[in-house]
Amino acid sequence: MAFLKLSSPHAHGPMSTPRVMRLVLLATLPGIVSLTWFFGFGTLVNILWASLFALAFEALALKLRRRPLAFYLSDCSALVTAFLLAIALPPAAPVWLIAVGIGFAILICKHMYGGMGYNPFNPAMAAYVLLLISFPVDMTNWLAPRGAISVAELPGPIDALLRSLGAASTQFDAVTMATPLDLLKQNDALLLDDLWAQSPQFGQFAGLGWEWANVGFLLGGLYLLYRRVFTWHAPVSMLASLTVIAALFYDGGSSASGGSPLFHLLSGATMFGAFFIVTDPVTSAVSNRGRVFYGAVIGILVYTIRSWGNYPDAVAFAVLLMNFAAPFIDHYTQPRTYGHKPRQNREKS
Amino acid sequence: MIQIRDIHGGIHPPENKLQSLGEPIRPAGIPAQLILPLSQHIGAPAAPVVSVGDRVLKGQKIAEAKGFVSAPVHAPTSGTVVAIEPRVIPHPSGMSAPCIIINSDGQDEWVNHQGISDYTAVDKNTLISTIREAGIAGMGGAGFPSAVKLSGGQDKPIQTLILNGTECEPYITADDILMRERAGQIIAGAEILRHLIEPQETLIGIEDNKPEAIAAMRAAAEGTGIEIVSFPTKYPSGGEKQLIQILTGKEVPSGGLPSDVGIVCQNIGTAQAIYRAVNHGEPLISRVTTVTGNACGSPRNYEVLLGTPVQYLLDQSAFNASDCIRLIMGGPMMGYTLQDTAVPVVKTTNCILAPTVEELPPPPPAQACIRCGMCAEVCPVSLLPQQMYWFSRAQEHDKLEEHNLFDCIECGACSYACPSHIPLVQYYRASKAEIRQAQQDKIKAERSKERFEARQARIEREAAEKEAKRKARLEAAKARQAEAVKGDSKQDIIQAAIARSQAKKSGDADPAQAAIARAQAARNGTAVEETREEKQQRLEKLLASTTKRLAAAQEKLAQAEGNNDDNIAAFRTAVEKTSAKLAATQKELDELKSSTDGAAPTDDPAAAAIARAQAKRSGQAPAESEQEKTQRITAQIASTEKRLAAAQDKLATAKANGDDKADAFATAVTKTQEKLDALRAELAAITPTTATPATPVEDDPAAQAIARAMAARAESAGMSEREKAEKNIASLQARVEKTAAKLRAAQESGDDNAEILATSLDKMRDKLTAAEQALAALREEEN
Repeated sequence: MAFLKLSSPHAHGPMSTPRVMRLVLLATLPGIVSLTWFFGFGTLVNILWASLFALAFEALALKLRRRPLAFYLSDCSALVTAFLLAIALPPAAPVWLIAVGIGFAILICKHMYGGMGYNPFNPAMAAYVLLLISFPVDMTNWLAPRGAISVAELPGPIDALLRSLGAASTQFDAVTMATPLDLLKQNDALLLDDLWAQSPQFGQFAGLGWEWANVGFLLGGLYLLYRRVFTWHAPVSMLASLTVIAALFYDGGSSASGGSPLFHLLSGATMFGAFFIVTDPVTSAVSNRGRVFYGAVIGILVYTIRSWGNYPDAVAFAVLLMNFAAPFIDHYTQPRTYGHKPRQNREKS
Repeated sequence: MIQIRDIHGGIHPPENKLQSLGEPIRPAGIPAQLILPLSQHIGAPAAPVVSVGDRVLKGQKIAEAKGFVSAPVHAPTSGTVVAIEPRVIPHPSGMSAPCIIINSDGQDEWVNHQGISDYTAVDKNTLISTIREAGIAGMGGAGFPSAVKLSGGQDKPIQTLILNGTECEPYITADDILMRERAGQIIAGAEILRHLIEPQETLIGIEDNKPEAIAAMRAAAEGTGIEIVSFPTKYPSGGEKQLIQILTGKEVPSGGLPSDVGIVCQNIGTAQAIYRAVNHGEPLISRVTTVTGNACGSPRNYEVLLGTPVQYLLDQSAFNASDCIRLIMGGPMMGYTLQDTAVPVVKTTNCILAPTVEELPPPPPAQACIRCGMCAEVCPVSLLPQQMYWFSRAQEHDKLEEHNLFDCIECGACSYACPSHIPLVQYYRASKAEIRQAQQDKIKAERSKERFEARQARIEREAAEKEAKRKARLEAAKARQAEAVKGDSKQDIIQAAIARSQAKKSGDADPAQAAIARAQAARNGTAVEETREEKQQRLEKLLASTTKRLAAAQEKLAQAEGNNDDNIAAFRTAVEKTSAKLAATQKELDELKSSTDGAAPTDDPAAAAIARAQAKRSGQAPAESEQEKTQRITAQIASTEKRLAAAQDKLATAKANGDDKADAFATAVTKTQEKLDALRAELAAITPTTATPATPVEDDPAAQAIARAMAARAESAGMSEREKAEKNIASLQARVEKTAAKLRAAQESGDDNAEILATSLDKMRDKLTAAEQALAALREEEN
């Protein structure tokens, strides 16, 4: 009788990495739905292209690295990268832009560093920053949201696809507008209330459409939190620090105001970043205490970059900066192990 | 009520306990053969006190504890000891270890035993030794000898006694059912422990998934002051450190013991065994073991005799081998797989788990670690398993220790939670072993470095001492000679006389100078002759010993080549050097001989007389050659002794270091000893013949001539400094021989002083050589 010789433990929990990845993909749905509702089918077209490119580049990299294709492709990590970048890009972005971004994310940011688990930077955010710096015009070409333009002016599936391929459609003429964050940044004459009244891009609390996209990602994030895919520490501390600093610099809405805390929480990529980027385990700090620091500094950086930086796309930059700092944070936030004295005391003795 | 604390992390794996709780405890019966490992506990293995063929009775001690942390082993039933041999024991590695094998006779006949009716009337040490003699070791899984825990804590005040009835591992119900059925015995055992330890409080911790056990225990503990504490079910609450944290909020310091924080922790099964040992005088010979898993048709708990083969239990449980790909001793979290169903149940075996493939499927291939931190979330000791995993893979031992690898209790919660199915605990075990190994290697390397340095220092010191002594002797000799030249009046008179007599003949400008020169020239002949003779002797000795050495070196070389030794090159060099030396000595000797034959000085009458006499005697070769032979053999003995001492030294070092060459050295020593003995026998055979001729020598005209000539020469030379030196040499030689004899005696009796004697002999020989050198120098100076 031959029995297996295995090391304990013999039992295993139900969680698996592909399952975690699929949960993340699932959790992006509310955000994607609201983006599509407000900005047309551009986001879905982005996701389509990005997924295709991501699988192709992942397969290429695995082939070059002589790794089993099916085993690694099935972990869905490439699809997660694709979804995250596709959501971050302007809807119906040019196909070549997506190809460049995904290629950089998968080949350079992921596999050149050793593949999944080894990358020091969030691939989607690194690719986003690369595209933003290299192709600023294409990257700031945001379509106007539903409400600011008529429904007929929103791109349908065919329109979006044609637009992404660079072919002009006869029926559809895309209307692009500055994003609310841009508007706020460039405003130095109007009180916030006046700015709100003058610009069709603003909605109930923040940007029209944006606020609901943020709510969508918040819902998705809460779902992941409920499923214990990540802990609350990093996203909550990021949102908290962003709220605090925004409150500090919100002077009731003067022309020099940085915007209300609620505006910042529901603008741009705040919720998307808090629950889908800051929580990326590979590139963030590892301990819960470390993640509190990590998230808090990202929150402060997001506000800083939005208000005083050159780009309004603050989340990507903030996350990349803190990716650098993660090992440093890890070094100082090692949790106290059972039976050990607190760190300070131990160093003194 | 006790305030319950929570531990960090933990998991909630499917409990799977109900399957085996349907039936009460049933005795498993007496198997035909029992296999009792000598090591069923932590600490030194027990030593057998029975031999093969002995009939043993149930409860009879068959192996006794060796050392403080150890436990005896008892026969679980009556029968015959049929073997004491290595058998496969319950161990993760599947290794074999010494076991006592008993064929049961089915009579189950008890040895005479008696309990203590009132343990409070008995001395505590007697009580502890009763527990110790009963062979009781922690029955929760670790198997730490219980008596050690009880006697170790006496110097530290114990506030809390904790009995562990947590049983947090899935599947296992041995403690649960024991508490349900024998709560009274457990409480009685707890009372004994209380009496021994005198704690301020006694707590029994039970997870809240065992309501029946809690009820039974509460009923049994009514009015005793023992508190039954139930707390939420979570793995691994039953770890000793975790239970202490849950019940008291205290943490056992890293690397410390529960007694450091005033706590003693025992398993409830151990308490029951202590009750049986004290009140009934029954040693630990059986235990309750759960046999469960879906591959078992009838999972339940058995009262199993220690030593019962696992197969015997599986046979009773409708085991379906075709469904089962792994057999686990212990639970699914910390148990280890068995390769062989012949392994016995031991004191720590709380469960035999035979799961089906669907129940516990083989692990899928591990995926990449994404540092999700789920492992850190569940770690009960707040480690960062994901970081330790990366450090473990990179073998960064410093980092691992910085991350407190050795505080890992290997509970397996991290591996359970890991979504990438990485066998984390396996990595930590491997790293712990690597670090321990590295520490051992480091200690070993440091020791051998110290040894080497000490040896190096000793050699240098000895060389320096030798050199200093040699210099001092040389200086002294020079000084003496200088003094002699100046102050020795006798010599002066002689020299003056010689000078005068010579001066008459010669017409040199400086009469004194010329006289000295002439006198020296006159003496030169004698001196040269003398040196030549001695030189020849010395060279012959050297030749003989070198030949011997060459033979020995060649032998060694052959041996080394045979063994494919590393030292071949060194031996070869030695052989080459020795043969070169041999050739040089031979050449020198030949030259000397030819020069002696050709240019024997004739102007000295004494020397001429000697030469003549020697020439005469060479006709009567036997006597002469015998003397020479004696000299040669003595020289050989001396050199062989030296070699023997060196070889013994080498052997001792090799043995001390556990060197592979120790055998080769031993052979060399034996061979050298044999040679030495042969030489001594030869010498002994000669000595009578040489010793007796002392008187006949006078009859020998040639010898008489030599004696006369020598005497004449001695007279002519007077008592010079040289003669003093010669005398010195003679006495030294005598001492050398005496010491050599002592050394022989010491070596034969295996005396410890042999080494010291050998060293002193070497030193004396050095002295002798130095004296000879000094003498030669004197002669040269005189010439």
